[in-house]
Amino acid sequence: MQLTLFWIFSSLMILFGLGVITLRSPVSCAMCLVSSFISLAALFITLDAFFIAVIQILVAAGAVMVLFLFIIMLLNLQAEECRRLRFPVILGGIATILCFLILLSQVLASNPQFLEPIPALQSTLSDVKMIGMTLFHSFNLPFQIIGLLLLVATVGVVLLSRRTLK
Amino acid sequence: MIVHRKKLNWIEKLYLPAILGGLAITWKHFKKSLLGKGVITMQYPEEKWDAHLPAWYRGAPTLVKDEHGRERCVSCQLCEFICPPRAITIEPMEIPEGDPWRKVEKAPQKFDIDMARCIYCGLCEEVCPEQAIYLRKDYSITGLNRTEMIHHKEKLYEMGGVMHGLVFKWNEKK
Amino acid sequence: MDASNFISQFFSPAAWTLLKSLGHLLMTPSGFFIWTTLLKSIILLAVILGLVSYTVYAERRVSALIQDRLGPNRVGWQGLLQPIADALKLLLKENFTPKSANYFYFRLASKLAMVPPVLVLGVLPFGSSLFGVPMTIASINVGALYVLAISSISVYGIVLAGWSSNSKYPFLGGIRSSSQMISYELSLALSLIPVFMIVGSLNLDEIVHYQVSHGWMIAPCWPQGMNFHTLLHPLVLWKSFSAGCSLSQFLLWIPLCISFLIFFISMFAETNRLPFDLPEAEQELIGGYHTEYSSMGFALFFLGEYTAMIAGASVITTLFLGGWSLPLIPDGSAGWWWGLINIAVFFTKIILLLFIFIWVRWTIPRFRFDQLMKLGWYFFFELAVANIFLAALLLAYVKK
Ligand code: SF4
Ligand code: SF4
Repeated sequence: MQLTLFWIFSSLMILFGLGVITLRSPVSCAMCLVSSFISLAALFITLDAFFIAVIQILVAAGAVMVLFLFIIMLLNLQAEECRRLRFPVILGGIATILCFLILLSQVLASNPQFLEPIPALQSTLSDVKMIGMTLFHSFNLPFQIIGLLLLVATVGVVLLSRRTLK
Repeated sequence: MIVHRKKLNWIEKLYLPAILGGLAITWKHFKKSLLGKGVITMQYPEEKWDAHLPAWYRGAPTLVKDEHGRERCVSCQLCEFICPPRAITIEPMEIPEGDPWRKVEKAPQKFDIDMARCIYCGLCEEVCPEQAIYLRKDYSITGLNRTEMIHHKEKLYEMGGVMHGLVFKWNEKK
Repeated sequence: MDASNFISQFFSPAAWTLLKSLGHLLMTPSGFFIWTTLLKSIILLAVILGLVSYTVYAERRVSALIQDRLGPNRVGWQGLLQPIADALKLLLKENFTPKSANYFYFRLASKLAMVPPVLVLGVLPFGSSLFGVPMTIASINVGALYVLAISSISVYGIVLAGWSSNSKYPFLGGIRSSSQMISYELSLALSLIPVFMIVGSLNLDEIVHYQVSHGWMIAPCWPQGMNFHTLLHPLVLWKSFSAGCSLSQFLLWIPLCISFLIFFISMFAETNRLPFDLPEAEQELIGGYHTEYSSMGFALFFLGEYTAMIAGASVITTLFLGGWSLPLIPDGSAGWWWGLINIAVFFTKIILLLFIFIWVRWTIPRFRFDQLMKLGWYFFFELAVANIFLAALLLAYVKK
């Protein structure tokens, strides 16, 4: 059951991912990205990671991508024109992919532990509580620092987007 | 004139009292109507406002006869010309020899008003020199297709009926 | 002769053994789970869709009564068949797509508008239990977040409709709607955090059970362990009252009240109901994002909007008004009739809330867009954040 679901959603995800890079109209790309996020959330659900799945939908699909779509609509972006692919470009692309694959295989081969399925976490806590515990007990300081950084970034953005700087 | 906006105090700025006040008003109306009081709706086909129609109400245009049973229309076609949406079509004919009203000379052979076009403006009534066409109080004119919406002469006389008085000039002529 | 023998004589032996093995399969734990879940989903969907069409009818009747009119009262007794007539009319109309519209997204958008509000219903506990089967389709441990997530993707239908219609009014409606929904989602989510902190769970079932034992979220105090027997003993009743009303209970009630207010008002913005219905402001935008739709395309938007309203009402009921619980009424473990009564209580609460939604719609005039944004960002957002701190402080004091 879990395996079939995995295959269904992972192939959907790859399909939509391909859509993001091959489709020409920006709205279609954005919608493909949203769909692939939702398939990713479904994958998380098959792993019983409800919290991450829901956060994935809430943040990525529900907030970030809506803003993307909003901006695509506002700027009225038209479909991209097809560029003619030149030979060196294709060669470069293939080389990049090859490099990535070689690296990946090296990393996987370096430690046999990576190939083994990791046993599921056995915990009596619900996953929300578990994430909260991890964040606020083991990683409290980094978490606070990230929070502060985000706050600074937000203030910076607000300042920059003001029309006139006094 | 300058209207000064009232400064709101902080309770008014919360808007909640005003919203609750508004809700109370609509609730009062809701309750009253639920009990059947103060509902102003008229249940149309059963209740009609015929009795409330004013004297000058402009309903469907009709043709009338005078007290001798004579068609008042003399086919002058003024109404056909004035009608803004060209709803009226008239075919005149000569009144045959031997008719007591032969002196009138003309009468309509065909008189059609296309009620799908009529805009109930009343110009035909106003222009008619013979006071032969009147807008009556019929307002519910329906038909299943366009041809049914054309009122022919017979129908127009049936709706119009007899109109007394007013024009006697044909009696004075010999 | 017992019942199974009686039934078996109508089947050939082979068919009977097949039926019996099918019956066994249905009674295995996973088989039982599958068919009860299917049955629950189908029945809930049917009930909700019926409720949707009658909410439309109620909207028309109540608005008429508020305005001293009568409203639709012709089709069937008191116009009760009006929704069916409306649906038939919409089905028979031409489903028109404008020439300049983007056909694929134009058609997709109307479906996307209908799906998310229905998905929300999947995690709501609409009853306690019936014959031992819990009356929640999926009781997941992040139920409340799931509701927020689904409502956050419900904006896609509107945005895509506005964009793909390729005409200015729908476009403006789509832009307004997306900015409005993003802004109010924030206060919607933040206003719920005090509830989660006090209950200590995101599971909607647990939130309801907390309210059954500790009292509804919007109640300042709650008698403990009240039932029909204690009603007869004033002394016991008084004791249960005094046990339930404490300073800590009262202190926690303050942030919950603020939460409720913010959530309730933001719900109006999230479902595009009248004080905040700018995406489809008829006077300025004709019909907003669904201007170009006709026939079933329009019907889906319309139904989606009302389903969202029902989903919103049921979320409010679940989180703040005690879900299916009512004082004195036990849950479904006390007998299946109590289970049915619990379901009835839940739907009654929803219907009352829907009435309030309609009542407010026909009372309050529409906001201006900048007022709406100011209210969302300058007032509700700040209030919700402050409320979280307040709740945390009070909780730290109370828990000591
Ligand atoms: S109805 Fe009057 S205006 Fe029209 S043709 Fe007859 S006489 Fe002339
Ligand atoms: S009422 Fe006006 S529109 Fe109608 S027939 Fe007379 S002139 Fe024509």
